[in-house]
Amino acid sequence: MSKILKTNALESEAIYIFREVVAQFENPVLLFSGGKDSITLVRLAQKAFYPGKIPFPLLHVDTGHNFPETIEFRDKLVEELGLNLIVRHVQDAIDEGKVTEETGKYSSRNMLQTTTLLDAIEEFKFDACIGGARRDEEKARAKERIFSVRDDFGQWDEKNQRPELFDLLNGKIEIGQNVRVFPISNWTELDVWSYIEQEQIEIPSIYFSHKRKTFVRDGLIWSASKYVYREEDEEVLERIVRFRTVGDMTCTAAVESEADTIARIVSEIKTSTISERGARIDDKRSEAAMEKRKQQGYF
Amino acid sequence: MEVLKIATAGSVDDGKSTLIGRLLYDTKSLTDDKLEAIERSSKKKGYDYLDFSLATDGLVAEREQGITIDVAHIYFSTKKKSYIIADTPGHVEYTRNMVTGASQAQASIILIDARKGVIEQTYRHFFINNLLRVKHVIVAVNKMDLVDYDQQVFEDIKADFEKLNAQSSYEEQDVTFIPISALKGDNVAEKSDAMPWYTGESVLAFLEALNPEQEELTAMRFPVQTVIRPKKDEFHDYRGYAGKIYGNSLKVGDAVTVLPSLTSSKIKTIEFFDKQYEEAIAGSSVTITLEDDINVTRGDILVKSNEVPQSAKTLTASVCWMDGKALVPGAKYEIQHNTNRVLAKIDSIESIIATDYSGEDVAGTQLTLNEIGKVNFKLSKNLFYDNYADNKAGGSFILIDTQSNTTAGVGFIG
Repeated sequence: MSKILKTNALESEAIYIFREVVAQFENPVLLFSGGKDSITLVRLAQKAFYPGKIPFPLLHVDTGHNFPETIEFRDKLVEELGLNLIVRHVQDAIDEGKVTEETGKYSSRNMLQTTTLLDAIEEFKFDACIGGARRDEEKARAKERIFSVRDDFGQWDEKNQRPELFDLLNGKIEIGQNVRVFPISNWTELDVWSYIEQEQIEIPSIYFSHKRKTFVRDGLIWSASKYVYREEDEEVLERIVRFRTVGDMTCTAAVESEADTIARIVSEIKTSTISERGARIDDKRSEAAMEKRKQQGYF
Repeated sequence: MEVLKIATAGSVDDGKSTLIGRLLYDTKSLTDDKLEAIERSSKKKGYDYLDFSLATDGLVAEREQGITIDVAHIYFSTKKKSYIIADTPGHVEYTRNMVTGASQAQASIILIDARKGVIEQTYRHFFINNLLRVKHVIVAVNKMDLVDYDQQVFEDIKADFEKLNAQSSYEEQDVTFIPISALKGDNVAEKSDAMPWYTGESVLAFLEALNPEQEELTAMRFPVQTVIRPKKDEFHDYRGYAGKIYGNSLKVGDAVTVLPSLTSSKIKTIEFFDKQYEEAIAGSSVTITLEDDINVTRGDILVKSNEVPQSAKTLTASVCWMDGKALVPGAKYEIQHNTNRVLAKIDSIESIIATDYSGEDVAGTQLTLNEIGKVNFKLSKNLFYDNYADNKAGGSFILIDTQSNTTAGVGFIG
């Protein structure tokens, strides 16, 4: 038997939050994107309820433009841990005429995910959606609560948020409302990577250095793919890259990198002069891009 | 990595954003793209300096008005520690946000403009840090460059502040005065050559040396969050109590009493994920099992059998009111105390703190948004609780409006 438990304050906080969710809500769900943050959430949930199983399902809102490596990884993880996975497709909302596909140079299904997410919340009557957003990612997210109340349109009322004091989380809501929960709110990108290293958590291969057909636009490296609009003069070259953040192909840019192990990724991030969301095409739309999306129910 | 949570409060004019920006900049925590974004926005607004508040004021309304409205969380790290700053506005109409920020903080920075000295806002900040018993307070006398780094200015402000401190009932509070220029970087991350008369540390060096986990040990409190009962053959009779340990460490074999049932048992195992430990310190989220098969549910608190707190159907607390609808006698609210909720009725308002925070109390019949006052409650059932001064976890609660479900206020018992 080991002697004294050495506490990791951030891990302890996240586990505390997971347990509050299960105690205060009837029908929680973990929003799973296949990215490192949601993979970290799965590990934390495993720890929070051990030796019990994770007591809620995973929901993946699939834009249809995912990196195949992410989907492969997702299915393997679900299989190994015996998790319950729900997948809902943006394509269905397009086919039903609820949303219209964007066209043109910067077209992406990123914004369309919101409709599919809100539909799924209604379909399954989820009252708490656990997500891997972090306050250090983006300045509107820095204002986010741990328990963030949304109305039945999924809207974030940023000027009227519930105060959160000490560890006292208030998850009381009306029928139709739901709460977005962010257990790793206080983690930075480096904290997540250090944790992945320490816990030896498996992550999708696209996070590691690999060869990929890419082109450069606005100083960002885009994946060349049938899902990504490309002008004729945008030349495709094979580059050695990896991804620091994984959305779908239309909203995530790659970075040139030789980092092929977690240890090398950690040291790369320590010395990086560009922030993680510097490679998020969706954030570059305007200074308030994230705040606007959140008001509409975006995760 | 060690994590230190800090609260800052102040208005744009104090140079609070400049101080935070300076800490980020000097610890190389601002990445190039974020720095460029600040440069672009500063230029667009016609400023000839870098306005770091643009990095922290995350909402459109805040950037429009040039003020901090809500708590922002800012992160930076050194080789030794990860820092989380809860950055809150300083104006009286945002008192509730200051209280929120301070509730999480292990250390707090109060900024004073060297040219203005101690002002009403300083009283308010200090009062809140006192009420919430934030152990370490740095009084940073800023803009020393604008008073020619004059020692006398610093000493005068320090003397004024110490008069304030003399009225404090929180004697163990550690108050440190540091003369700085956030704009020039004097005594922020590095010690300044401009003030050879100052022999203390820089702000960052002071924070680096803090070790709050090993301080302020109080009675152990273990509020049960949820009961883990895996439906697996190998764990057939397993009943684990999941929760976070507050106040002091917990050991296998400790005699514990369950509140409110007052049944007793001993700690059989302390578990974290798939490992067992002999001891876990305060702050650890663990799962414990007991020697005896007794009834324990969410909302119960496990305490050491020789540290059982008082119980009563009434309580008195300092309340900071956070809701637009005023607190009035006769109104009912739900009290969330640790993981437990009980109905409570406002019995009476004893006194209200004067909004100039001069330390005077005034009489009143209601507590309005951002006011702090002493309130008497009647409870629907017996509650075991601590005085906040003795035990933070056992002595604090929030008030939930039973109609709107919002968190309407926070209470500090005693």
